[in-house]
Amino acid sequence: MSIQILMPALSPTMTEGKLAKWMKAEGDVVAPGDVIAEIETDKATMEVEAVDEGTLGRILIAEGTENVAVNTPIAILLEDGEDAGAIDAGAAPAAATPSEAPAPAAEAAPDRPAAPAVAVMDVDEEKFFADTQTQTVRDALRDAMAEEMRRDEMVYVMGEEVAEYQGAYKVTQGLLQEFGDSRVIDTPITEHGFAGLGVGAAFGALKPVVEFMTFNFAMQAMDHIINSAAKTLYMSGGQMGCPIVFRGPNGAASRVAAQHSQDYTSWYAHCPGLKVVAPWSAADAKGLLKAAIRDPNPVIVLENEVLYGQSFEVPTDPDFTVPIGKAKIVRAGADVTITAFSIMVGKALEAAEALAAEGIEAEVIDLRTIRPLDVATIVESVKKTNRIVSVEEGWPTCGMGSEIAALVMEHAFDDLDAPVKRIAGEDVPMPYAANLEKLALPQVDTIVAAAKSVCYRG
Amino acid sequence: MARSASSATTKRLAARKAGRTTRAKKASGATKDELLQFYRDMLLIRRFEEKAGQMYGMGLIGGFCHLYIGQEAVVVGMQAAINEASTVVTSYRDHGHMLACGMEARGVMAELTGRIGGYSKGKGGSMHMFSREKNFFGGHGIVAAQVPIGTGLAFSHKYKKEKAVCLTYLGDGAANQGQVYESFNMAALWSLPCIYVIENNKYAMGTSVNRGAAGTSLAQRGEAYGIPGMEVDGMDVLAVKAAGEKAFAHATSGKGPYILEMKTYRYRGHSMSDPAKYRTKDEVNRMRQEHDPIDNVRARLAEAGVSDDDLKAMDRDVRAVVTEAADFAQSSPEPDPVELYTDILVDA
Ligand SMILES: Cc1ncc(C[n+]2csc(CCOP(=O)(O)OP(=O)(O)O)c2C)c(N)n1
Ligand SMILES: [Mg+2]
Repeated sequence: MSIQILMPALSPTMTEGKLAKWMKAEGDVVAPGDVIAEIETDKATMEVEAVDEGTLGRILIAEGTENVAVNTPIAILLEDGEDAGAIDAGAAPAAATPSEAPAPAAEAAPDRPAAPAVAVMDVDEEKFFADTQTQTVRDALRDAMAEEMRRDEMVYVMGEEVAEYQGAYKVTQGLLQEFGDSRVIDTPITEHGFAGLGVGAAFGALKPVVEFMTFNFAMQAMDHIINSAAKTLYMSGGQMGCPIVFRGPNGAASRVAAQHSQDYTSWYAHCPGLKVVAPWSAADAKGLLKAAIRDPNPVIVLENEVLYGQSFEVPTDPDFTVPIGKAKIVRAGADVTITAFSIMVGKALEAAEALAAEGIEAEVIDLRTIRPLDVATIVESVKKTNRIVSVEEGWPTCGMGSEIAALVMEHAFDDLDAPVKRIAGEDVPMPYAANLEKLALPQVDTIVAAAKSVCYRG
Repeated sequence: MARSASSATTKRLAARKAGRTTRAKKASGATKDELLQFYRDMLLIRRFEEKAGQMYGMGLIGGFCHLYIGQEAVVVGMQAAINEASTVVTSYRDHGHMLACGMEARGVMAELTGRIGGYSKGKGGSMHMFSREKNFFGGHGIVAAQVPIGTGLAFSHKYKKEKAVCLTYLGDGAANQGQVYESFNMAALWSLPCIYVIENNKYAMGTSVNRGAAGTSLAQRGEAYGIPGMEVDGMDVLAVKAAGEKAFAHATSGKGPYILEMKTYRYRGHSMSDPAKYRTKDEVNRMRQEHDPIDNVRARLAEAGVSDDDLKAMDRDVRAVVTEAADFAQSSPEPDPVELYTDILVDA
């Protein structure tokens, strides 16, 4: 059967080109891979190679012809034993030419289905608070890992100084002693490498808990966190789940300057395929880390160095977890909503006390989970208070406050009695000097002033 | 100190050279059936890629499409050297690896056309395909990102006490990425069963190895970590298999990773839209005519008494598989719009 040779597309955007030159003449024998013609596009000259073997029976487009549309027949190839007569006999165009190439995409806009909400587990947290002990955030995080390692042999911990040194911030204290060096693994200083290795291990059915000494160093691992961990499930059509936890201290530390003092929350919040949590209390730190380890997706657990030593009441039941995706109202109030997460929750609560002294009752929402954000809890609160102040430590541009402002506008515009107010870190690299550092970070009085301004007071 | 280190290096290199001669002897001892299987497997990749190139030309395949033509002996030989429990991971030049792993041509081709019948439901494309069933873990588009991932898969084999390796493929260009050395270090430190197969096809896009690498012996890149390396004729499937077996034995006996530098060549451009001005036609033709991995096996088969008709029959079989794959890839529907929002997170 004779075969039509078509004008090929040589790049995703090419629609037509010039048939610059025939490298074979009618009657020439061609083998797969032989260059038969040269084609020019606006970008380059390219060779057309034969795909099938045979004899070049007829050239349909003369060399030098401009504007030959992609998929136009340019020549006819005769197979073994055929003669040129077969062409005129109108032999059906063949194997090489699928009869009807469906036009790829690009027609009318397809029906757009609604994006489904992320399922949030329903857990009755309150019941676990019947039995509690006072614990630091540090110990609560340690217990979370230990309990999950006892529960599931596939869970292991790796990172710099997590084993013998007991953790750069002592969060992994005692784990090596209990679980041994095959499950508590000191890595070399190699963030890009061990983040990728963790992703591979998760593909291999393990459940890695990867500690970054601080999230500042995870910038070197960003490619694996986003491109490898977060996107592969989608790109594999659902085959390649990546059950991994990346955890460590995030946000401003004390007097360590710009490279060691930064809040990455909104960076990770941006990315589909990740879950992101940023707990404040020790109970939430424990419950969310346990939920993160059990979660079949990549979860970023943003801890805070300054909080590690603070104590809270923590449930003792090893079944206690906190659902990812649920905010918590940590102080009820009717006059103004204040959202915060991580260390800023403490500041927001202090601000609420100060406001109460002036007769303003603030409702403080601890977001706890950043992605998926609990929009319902925020919106409900705004419907009641009609005012909202968002507080974060990170930079203002494209920060969590920007997101919350947009969401409130989309979901509660008519309920607002004042514009949304954002409190964020100053738009500068973190300075070292004590006085400047203090100026760069949101303080209790900044939050108080913001809340008063949206209440049109003071 | 430096002197003694370099003399140790020389000794190791000498040992490796000795290793090569042994392999050549063993290589000629392949059975006829084995040769026939290799021939068929390589031919399937060749014909598949030719068809993919053709379909790209017709606008049925979009985006980046990196063909494997010329390098077939590497994946076919390596796959024959490992066991079923082993895993495979590679870069975006991945069609050959998937076919060698036993993934179906139709599923791969349908992914190239972006259809629901593709291995990733049309959401991954040429560079991102996976099959847990066949232990193929991608298909990764970021140069060298698959190297720590493969090292992690090897870590999981060791953690689960499996007798298996992860075949981690990377290009000569990828071999210059920092994360490769982070991986080598961890793999050697923890004795992970990882075989790093560096497919040195002489070019990273338009950059030849000597323009991108200081010190062009990629087999030696693990030396500082104590990882043995071997240079292999990647155009000879039997040499590849013999080297693969040696590396497999090493890695599965608890001795840690192994590096194989496959000297190979890609006949086509880097991707479909590469005019390949950085090399001469002569160079390409010489490789094709004198070192083609498929011709090489065909000659051995002829010597072994396999008739031309038998080979032609096999060729027809392979063409039929590829034609069926191409038809499927065009008849399988585009993904339903609801797929836009699926597979972002696994339900907890
Ligand atoms: C991190 C990164 N940088 C650049 C690219 C663009 N790129 C894709 S392939 C390639 C060349 C890689 O060559 P090599 O590793 O030799 O593999 P080959 O294509 O020869 O198989 C480049 C630069 C990329 N995908 N990822
Ligand atoms: Mg290369």
